[in-house]
Amino acid sequence: MGTYQAADGFDALGDPTRRAIVACLAERPRAVGELADELPISRPAVSQHLRVLKDAGLVTDHAAGTRRFYRLNPAGVAALRDQLETFWSRALNGYQDLIEQPDEEKS
Amino acid sequence: MTQAATAVVRRQIIVEAPIERAFTVFTERFGDFKPPEHNLLGVAIAETVFEPKVGGHIYDRGVDGSECRWARVLAFEPPDRVVFSWDISPQWQIETEPDNTSEVEVQFIVETPQRTRVELEHRHIDRHGPGWQAVSDGVGHDQGWPLYLNRYAALFSEGS
Repeated sequence: MGTYQAADGFDALGDPTRRAIVACLAERPRAVGELADELPISRPAVSQHLRVLKDAGLVTDHAAGTRRFYRLNPAGVAALRDQLETFWSRALNGYQDLIEQPDEEKS
Repeated sequence: MTQAATAVVRRQIIVEAPIERAFTVFTERFGDFKPPEHNLLGVAIAETVFEPKVGGHIYDRGVDGSECRWARVLAFEPPDRVVFSWDISPQWQIETEPDNTSEVEVQFIVETPQRTRVELEHRHIDRHGPGWQAVSDGVGHDQGWPLYLNRYAALFSEGS
């Protein structure tokens, strides 16, 4: 994270077609062809928009056989989870230290 | 989405204390052990208050008297259990929409009369919204950002 250029995500979602793509992917991961079927734009146009979304870190892709599937980037949730895991580890360690040192209690 | 795999943090710890004391120290002295970077105020924290009742809040009070309520107490059952919301967004700002907040449950379990196991579960982390971190990294604190964030969040609620 942190490698995206300023305003990439902002710009990427500023386009109504790309917001429509994100809305489709919010339901479930989809292949390029599926997106082209659902949206009133050509497959090459879908691919171009997906590239912008991918560069902005909003979607990720993976190949399954001959097809390429796109999904919303779960890294945001994963990053938050990592952050909270670190937070609670430190908090509970602090709690343990505090509870086992009754002499240092402040009132 | 792989929400189940990534949306929960579980930690547990054993403390050498009776269950009543374990519960009391956790709730009354939360501010004494939480990591110092947990501060959404613009000034140093004078005290952290954990209101001991359902419907209460956990809030930080700054040295200048300002307050930051960052959790709602959802269950308060001494000495066994406490549940509170986590009203802090991935951008470390107060989240005012309850549907976009996660939840922390802390259970206190007797191991022996002098030893207590504390199990913490921070769940529904995905409610804070997939991809927000990636988006916020690109945008920072732009004034126009909240509008887009709301639109982005609306996309997910439409799909459900």
